[in-house]
Amino acid sequence: MKPPPFDYRAPRTLEEALEDLAEGGKVLAGGQSLIPLLNMRLAAPERLIDINGVASLDALEVTAAGVRAGALARHAAVERSAEAAAVQPLLRQALRHVAHPVIRNRGTVVGSLAHADPAAELPAVLALLDGHVEAASASGRRTVAAADFFTGPLESALRPEELATAAFFPALPPRTGTAFAELARRHGDYALVGAAALVTLDDDLRVRAARAAYLGVADTPVVLDLTGPAVQGQEGRPPGAVDWSAAAAHAVARVNPGGDIHAGADYRRHLVGVLTGRALAEAARNAPPGGT
Amino acid sequence: MFGEPIPRREDPRLLTGQGRYLDDLGRGALAAAFVRSPHAHARIEGIDVDAALDVDGLVAIYTHEDLPPGVGDPLPLLIPHPALTHGRTARPLARDVVRHVGEPVAMVVARDRYLAEDAAERIRVDYEVLPAVVGIENAAAAERLVHEDVPGNVGAHLVQEVGDAPAAVAAAPHRLEFRLDIERSASMPLEGRGVYARWDPDEGSLRVYSSTQTSTGVRMALAARLGLPKTKVEVIAPDVGGGFGVKVVHPWPEEVLVPWAARLLGREVKWTEDRREHFVGAAHERGQVQRVRVGFDDAGRILGLDVTILHDHGAYTPYGIIVPIVTSTQLPGPYKPGAYRVEFTSLYTNTVIVTPYRGAGRPQGVFCMERTMDKIAAHLGLDRAEVRAANFIRPEEFPYDQGLTFQDGRPLIYDSGDYPRMLEMIKELIGWDGFAEEREAARREGRRIGIGLGCYVEGTGVGPYEGGHVEIDSTGRVHVATGLTSQGQGHQTVFAQIAAAELGVPIEDVTVATGDTRRFGYAVGTFASRAAVMSGNAIALACRRVRDKALRIAGEALEADPRDLEITDGVVHVRGDPTAAIPLRTVAVLANPLRYAFDEEARRATQFAVGGSPDEPPVPAGEEPGLEGRDYYSPVRSTFASGMHAAVVETDPETAEIRILRYAVVHDCGRMINPRIVEGQIHGGVAQGVGGALYERMVYDESGQLLNASFMDFLMPYATEVPRIRTGHLETPSPLNPLGIKGAGEAGVIPVSAVIASAVEDAEGIRIDAMPLSPDGLFRLRRRAAVDPALRVERLPA
Amino acid sequence: MSGEPVFEITMTVNGVRRGARAPARRLLSDFLRHDLGLTGTHVGCEHGVCGCCTVLMDGDPVRSCLTLAITAAGHEITTVEGLAPGDGEPSPVQRAFQECHGLQCGFCTPGFLCTVTALLRDNPRPTDEEVLEGISGNLCRCTGYQNIVASVHRAAELIAESGDGS
Repeated sequence: MKPPPFDYRAPRTLEEALEDLAEGGKVLAGGQSLIPLLNMRLAAPERLIDINGVASLDALEVTAAGVRAGALARHAAVERSAEAAAVQPLLRQALRHVAHPVIRNRGTVVGSLAHADPAAELPAVLALLDGHVEAASASGRRTVAAADFFTGPLESALRPEELATAAFFPALPPRTGTAFAELARRHGDYALVGAAALVTLDDDLRVRAARAAYLGVADTPVVLDLTGPAVQGQEGRPPGAVDWSAAAAHAVARVNPGGDIHAGADYRRHLVGVLTGRALAEAARNAPPGGT
Repeated sequence: MFGEPIPRREDPRLLTGQGRYLDDLGRGALAAAFVRSPHAHARIEGIDVDAALDVDGLVAIYTHEDLPPGVGDPLPLLIPHPALTHGRTARPLARDVVRHVGEPVAMVVARDRYLAEDAAERIRVDYEVLPAVVGIENAAAAERLVHEDVPGNVGAHLVQEVGDAPAAVAAAPHRLEFRLDIERSASMPLEGRGVYARWDPDEGSLRVYSSTQTSTGVRMALAARLGLPKTKVEVIAPDVGGGFGVKVVHPWPEEVLVPWAARLLGREVKWTEDRREHFVGAAHERGQVQRVRVGFDDAGRILGLDVTILHDHGAYTPYGIIVPIVTSTQLPGPYKPGAYRVEFTSLYTNTVIVTPYRGAGRPQGVFCMERTMDKIAAHLGLDRAEVRAANFIRPEEFPYDQGLTFQDGRPLIYDSGDYPRMLEMIKELIGWDGFAEEREAARREGRRIGIGLGCYVEGTGVGPYEGGHVEIDSTGRVHVATGLTSQGQGHQTVFAQIAAAELGVPIEDVTVATGDTRRFGYAVGTFASRAAVMSGNAIALACRRVRDKALRIAGEALEADPRDLEITDGVVHVRGDPTAAIPLRTVAVLANPLRYAFDEEARRATQFAVGGSPDEPPVPAGEEPGLEGRDYYSPVRSTFASGMHAAVVETDPETAEIRILRYAVVHDCGRMINPRIVEGQIHGGVAQGVGGALYERMVYDESGQLLNASFMDFLMPYATEVPRIRTGHLETPSPLNPLGIKGAGEAGVIPVSAVIASAVEDAEGIRIDAMPLSPDGLFRLRRRAAVDPALRVERLPA
Repeated sequence: MSGEPVFEITMTVNGVRRGARAPARRLLSDFLRHDLGLTGTHVGCEHGVCGCCTVLMDGDPVRSCLTLAITAAGHEITTVEGLAPGDGEPSPVQRAFQECHGLQCGFCTPGFLCTVTALLRDNPRPTDEEVLEGISGNLCRCTGYQNIVASVHRAAELIAESGDGS
């Protein structure tokens, strides 16, 4: 289990990195997904472009608008950031489920998005929040919305010559709470199913909107607007008294997960319902009554 | 000293990165890598190495055709048995047919492992893919064969009978019949296998380091395969990063090929197994299907037990049929099963070989017996503990003959134990009485909890023998050597404790060498919970020889009767007279009559310094020079340890997750040499048991591909998956050996699946007849039980 | 295939500047073990799950099997060989593991020691749950973790007693 040989580039600036990428190659950031594939020789890129030396890429910018994680912002740095957690708590809630602490020390938020693993947490987070990925190539820059970014299992809208330079997670709207729930076989394993939830209250502190995003149920993150089933028939109830089972049933009816050696399709579908209820209830509890 | 929980003497080295494991040796040695079959069953049509030849750093590529007779022949069948009528072993490199994914087909030697893998990747093997036999029942159906010349895929068939079980079942007032399934797991030590060989062309000798549980076994096998005299082959087990059974198999294909290549090339060669290789190239265990018929009376006493076992032994049988023999003979546990009949059929499949993994067939046997006990209790509406108690062998019934033949070919006679007392202890430790209320209280909160219990007896310390050598040198240091190996059991500590206690020396003066044929050439190996019993007693006996000799020599020097002497802190002195004393280091000098004084101390023993009669030889008749002794321990039969585990589990009504809330163990391994080490062995065993009960399985698809050959998908428990374990000890000494000890290495793992099944069944009210059990598995069981009352179990009294 | 390019890779290992020539694909684990001869760092799976190869990189635990040596060039690496303060005495974490029988075969131990050293630096008095979370990425097949958890708590005590965390 040793990596195959590759041509190695270690650009020091973003421009150099983009020039290297224009010639073709695979980007190495945290390496926590790529290097296992290399060690097992399931990937054999001609050229590896190691961006770890590009100092400008590790920025973590937190503004009132949201959290912008540069390509080298490590999971652990984002997880630890109190500012990021204040603006967008879902990030920390989800990051705690990403593998183990030691992996999070190296792995990057943007790398996890670019890897586009359908069982990974962050793609679902980006999708739920309607965030975006910033991509750059030698010929220009563009922004790709989450809804367009994930195109298949381990496939993203990034072009071969493009580097994902940052990801942007919008701040929470006012009176909004989030939660993340997942079920894994062992602590830290890829989830069998996971759900990220977002509940917004109205001025009367009643549920105005409820949405959830799922991982592990399709090739790409699935985002569902559950406002209808969450609100219908229980208008006027305080969030703590809302019965989320209709929303859960709604979600179950709209996902079509596959089975694998760890869990069958029926069980995954069942979990979608359980986790929907749990995540929405917690998100509602987390919604601050006044302002953000 | 003996019996004290002293800290381990191997730790300072291992804690500072100074351990020497296989891959830490031989820096600069050439590296080997293997081309392994990607197919479960295929005929090799051709091997094309051309594309690999220009890989930088390549030294050699070998296929079966390159191997001389002896080296290329099928590997030995290590443990023949008359019932193993169709034993088959693999060749080190496959010749015509490969029979499991991972079977070695070609060996590459290169400057380093990266380059060796580059070359291996470029070797093209053409296969004609043959249909694969996967799964026990497909093997038994025998629509396809693993070996053309093995009809029915049956390697072995064995029946053991005590009384007429079918008749006893038929005549019993109550009868039950059911099927049980246990899936495969594996030892999975964190250090894989590995071999490093050095050929000395000047001496014509071979030194081999192997991450093995039996260095003497590897040595004998290598001498035979390579046509070398035993005196020209030395095998050393360095620090070994866990074994748990898999490393007792020998010689592995790689263990033959690497030394052979080292000799051929005249270069040092090393192979360090990687994790992917370990999954498909080493060994698995556990997979069985059992059919049980039991008859019992109103009190739950078993009158007849009739068990039929299908055992999956994989593609080859190098380790014989030890695993199903152990299952079938240890199945009765602490009970008197009345008439007992057990029949097993050991079957070939196109999967990795099956050889002992910690517990070695016992977890399956205990699962069978303990599920039977629970089913009897449920059928009669009795307390599960009471049913067990009704079947126990009583303390006054020892020695108790189960009437079977054990894995060592000896009668299965239990030497000692106290099962009723142990049951009281485990009930107390887990909170058995009163649990019914606890369960009800939880239920009122919408929680599901359940309690389970499991009992076992484990034959430990199987023969044929182990030996020990003890030498006290002229500095007073004590050098202990035994031939069996260590994989983390703390042998350097416990054997030193024994020697220090026997000799009356400070433990700091004792060093222990294990697994090095240069130090001790006769040994069997470390497996079957035998090291403490076998080498512990051998070392004690060797120490007693040395002690006797020391007292004799000291008696002469002190002009005292040896019977009046004792040894304290390394000094021999007359009992009651501290002035009449001589240190052991001086006794050691006197024990070796000298012509030459190599140091100041040695002057005492030279020919003009010593006294003694001029008419007697300096070394008296029957004596040998040196203060040393060697002895062996060879028991008539095994000694039987026992234990009982209990657990409280909680199952999530929604997600079907299973959480262990409490886990308790009571264990009896006779006299404990070091309770802390015993406890550590139990902890580790329980964790592996939890893995086997809830997480670990080997998932083969129908074409024989192992779908979860990585630590991502083979789910060994982390700290977050293992409950806190409470332990209690009972010490019923073994009457069979001088130290009164029994083995402890495997105990922890044995009853865990049975206990968890029992507890989940209690929490859920659903029959649990197959392990391991995942949340998805429980989810599916719930759905089935909702529509099938036969799958439901009446709630039991606690 | 002609020889692949090699690079002079230098880094600070256990406080000492060390260098060796190696190709870009050399894993940090292999570089430490085979190029620098520091074999205390062990390799158990080479896909980042077992944690045996954990070392400290600029103080943070990382998987050396999932890091290229060349990526680590210029960084500070601490391995199990460098955990003791250098006065011949073991570190509090090492002492605690011996006191509590926190190791058996010792193969996973270096990874645990590095992980726990960083854990206690960041959180000197962890709760049981925090200990479990902290070591949850390290596999041990021998101990059942009972005494490892005890060792972590004991190490926290020893560090608190010594007062300076060294």
